[in-house]
Amino acid sequence: MSKQRKAVALISGGLDSMLATRVVQEQGIHVEGINFFTGFCVEGHTHAIRRQERAKPKRNNALWVAEQLGIRLHIVDIVDEYKDVLLNPRHGYGKNLNPCLDCKVFMVGKAHAWMREHDFDFIVTGEVVGQRPMSQRSATMPLVAEESGVGDRLLRPLCAQRLAETLPEREGWIDRDRLHDFSGRSRKPQVALAAELGIEDYAQPAGGCCFLTDASYSAKLADLWRARGNREYDLDDIMLLKVGRHLRPRAHFKLVIAREEGEVKFLQGYRRQFTHLLPTSHPGPLALLDGRADVDDLELAARIVARFSQGRDADKVRVEVVPTGGEAQTLEVAPLATDAIPSGWYV
Amino acid sequence: MSRHELDCRRLLCPMPVIRTQNRVAGLAPGDELAVTCTDPGAAKDIPAWCRINGHELLGIEHGDDELVVTVRVGASEDG
Repeated sequence: MSKQRKAVALISGGLDSMLATRVVQEQGIHVEGINFFTGFCVEGHTHAIRRQERAKPKRNNALWVAEQLGIRLHIVDIVDEYKDVLLNPRHGYGKNLNPCLDCKVFMVGKAHAWMREHDFDFIVTGEVVGQRPMSQRSATMPLVAEESGVGDRLLRPLCAQRLAETLPEREGWIDRDRLHDFSGRSRKPQVALAAELGIEDYAQPAGGCCFLTDASYSAKLADLWRARGNREYDLDDIMLLKVGRHLRPRAHFKLVIAREEGEVKFLQGYRRQFTHLLPTSHPGPLALLDGRADVDDLELAARIVARFSQGRDADKVRVEVVPTGGEAQTLEVAPLATDAIPSGWYV
Repeated sequence: MSRHELDCRRLLCPMPVIRTQNRVAGLAPGDELAVTCTDPGAAKDIPAWCRINGHELLGIEHGDDELVVTVRVGASEDG
């Protein structure tokens, strides 16, 4: 009896990796999933934070996909290791601060290490030639296999027929004729294959799965680095960039102002780490102050926060200001007029 | 068999799942782990993780601002 071959599949939670895995399962391969958490994943966090999202069913799509496929899923925290990928991408950035090609090389490399450690035979991804401008071009796909060190043990079932034969095909573990030749950005072949495989429910691809591809998020991250004079960050930093309005009225401080109740609740968790402001005479948002602020700065911050309270048209709004480890004080301020907030303050 | 606790307060999905997974990897089959979370998403994600990885969900207790998900470690060799 031939040996049961085993593959580890990179599972994002989207349709492509779901299909790629299913195609390989159909050929009798034992598949387990691996999912990497960089801290920049759209999945999960924003759904947890924003109250308006709460009416929608909350689920982690990678876990959900694994369950639909009947495979185990290993979620790996790569927040710290990922810094080097983001800060020093050998292949540069995409349109925003997205180091897609380096990211793919890194993740496939991590999956390769996992594969060897667990005695698996090859790696599966849902990549499609020509689908992504940076990481999924015909020129870069061999580069991912080479630089990650996985070589010909990387199988892309959705476009394998357009690529050089891999080890699993050569060895007869996988029948190349039952793989696919998808290419380009059209989703039609995937949708058709999903229907053929009886997959009716799947996450709709919408704007990618990584905040680094988002222009607004990338601008906030660049602003953070600029203000600090270095490119260090931790998980709290990159989480806070996903939440609230960010205004930088002065180079040395910015405000993160909650937009709704879910964000208020989330920002409350950071009150010990940041000076925070809260209108007390009128309903209004919680705001965190990131940076250094003197007396004048605190007054300006309070006037801005008052502007976003229900007292925005009042003559005076009382705002409680609580410094980290210091004593709370209440400032009575005139809310800043809307047209007194330069658009350049919005990060 | 022993009972363990894990504090995942203020962590957002998928961190509570990752912390649970990593903690369970060091426990013995039959051990119980009570995970305290503030992200309501954990009430769906940890049970899903249990189902696909062969662990048993013993229950979810909902409090005002947090929930406790209790898991019994399955017989599989790792998390």
